[in-house]
Amino acid sequence: MTAGGSLRTQYARAFAGLFLRDLHVLRRELFPFVIRVCMNPMLFLFVFTFIMPHMSGGASMNPTAAAMGTNFSTVLLPGLMAVAIMFSGIAAVALPLAQEFGITREIDDRVMCPLPVAAVAIEKIVFSAMQSIIAAAVVFPLAYYIPSTPVVAHVNNWPYLITILVLASVTSGALGLTIGTTVEPKQIGLIFGVVVMPITFLGCVYYPWTALSHIRWLQIGVLVNPIVYMSEGLRSALTPTLPHMHPALILGMLVVFLVLLTWLGSRGFMRRVIG
Amino acid sequence: MIVEIEGLRKVYEGKQRVVAVDGIDLSVSPGVLYGFLGPNGAGKTTTISICTTRALPTAGKVRIAGIDVVKSPSQARRCIGVVPQYNTLDRACTIYENIHFHCLYFGFSQADAKKRTDRLLEQFHLTERAQAYPAQLSGGLAQRVQIARAIAHHPKVLFLDEPSAGLDPQSRIAMWEAVRNLREEGITVVLTTHYMEEADELCDRVAIIDHGRILVEDTPSALKNSVGAQRIYELDLRSEQGIPQLLQTLQRQPGVASVESTQKGLRVFAEGTEGLLSEVVHAANPYGLRDLTITEPSLETVFIRLTGRELRE
Repeated sequence: MTAGGSLRTQYARAFAGLFLRDLHVLRRELFPFVIRVCMNPMLFLFVFTFIMPHMSGGASMNPTAAAMGTNFSTVLLPGLMAVAIMFSGIAAVALPLAQEFGITREIDDRVMCPLPVAAVAIEKIVFSAMQSIIAAAVVFPLAYYIPSTPVVAHVNNWPYLITILVLASVTSGALGLTIGTTVEPKQIGLIFGVVVMPITFLGCVYYPWTALSHIRWLQIGVLVNPIVYMSEGLRSALTPTLPHMHPALILGMLVVFLVLLTWLGSRGFMRRVIG
Repeated sequence: MIVEIEGLRKVYEGKQRVVAVDGIDLSVSPGVLYGFLGPNGAGKTTTISICTTRALPTAGKVRIAGIDVVKSPSQARRCIGVVPQYNTLDRACTIYENIHFHCLYFGFSQADAKKRTDRLLEQFHLTERAQAYPAQLSGGLAQRVQIARAIAHHPKVLFLDEPSAGLDPQSRIAMWEAVRNLREEGITVVLTTHYMEEADELCDRVAIIDHGRILVEDTPSALKNSVGAQRIYELDLRSEQGIPQLLQTLQRQPGVASVESTQKGLRVFAEGTEGLLSEVVHAANPYGLRDLTITEPSLETVFIRLTGRELRE
């Protein structure tokens, strides 16, 4: 009854089994998933692109919008997609891992699959990337309906957008894996303050990278933040009219972060599960 | 041999260097129910972790069904089932799904996985709880699900790490029954325990392990026979003063195999089963005999003889 044939079939089937399990659990927890991916972009768009413009003197309370000179929802769209992608990586990999490494050790049965242990970690990244893409796609309709002034998005190059989207999603899964395996399970609550908030606010989410040119040290400093390349990448693909980094630099840096974080994450994973 | 362990060592480097496994050689023949008996911290769990690919040895080799667990861990995993000490059931999935997905991980088709899951649920009397979540199960029931899941992919060897830790006596007996039935299916079982009754009742062969080494390895009855006595009198004396003298007196007594001193008094190993009691009491009375316990040799006695300590210290 067990799988015959080559080693590759054995690995592929085990990998598919793990993916099916995750899909099954996600389908059962669809409602929390929807809340998770919608709440942040919805509230952001609602406050900054609906409430603020309706206030008297809204523009002055919304300095970025004033600085950009264009409508703020257009700046926000790629940024919020980047945050959604990054958030999914944390929520789909880092948080569950903390539980599975910590109290329950549930991960043990999956580690005992007839599959190299690193592949179990890779499956986590791939599954998280799928959630990230869904989360990013959800931002679109929200950005279309919520803001008081419409978003000006224009895709010239679909393959480029898809490449950026997939690359950003997989990288964020790898980021989640690195965080989930580095941080002690009992301190996982801290990562929101220590990691998620800084990389979001300093991730060129709410402003384009070029807008930092007057604060040179910060403009250089944020280059170590992978979220910068996610939001700049989406900005260059979706709203090319706004200033953005060079696409080759974005793609290159996303690949660098993907390789680095996957390596760190799977090394941490191995260290956690193999004594 | 289905499990072969050669010169196995595991050293945890760090602030405090710990030698968890210190040169274990062992082989288990197919179809046997094999027990590692030893106190907590003896290196049983580490040995099992290495055998089941969850820890890497510092030195030595482990082969399961001829497969080297360090060189080809993912191949070795197809031959082994594991029930760890703690409950590792997937909390997000029902009992049915726990077993079903485990089958899928091991390459079963959907139809085969369903068939196998249904059969296992029936075999382990879990059908009624199929839709329950792990958090809703008692310890004994969760343990049964873990065993069912561990053997779902037809492993050749099942490793059980302290299977009765935390179980009530009734669940323990049910678990023993389940484990015995596995042997009838031809699965080799290797378990660790620090309950000597469990090793005695359940296992065909037992290795007594302490400080990362195997002290002795044989069938439970051969181990008990090695004590060379049929009765053990444990004497509790009021003062320690006369102990050496009483020891000499008792040693000369016909029917006494040997005598050794303990913290509270003396331990007398008797060859026969009859007639010695009154003479032991008579001899000990002048030395302030406070209490007397009579036991038959157990694996615990074997352990005490080998280490000078009790198993549950």
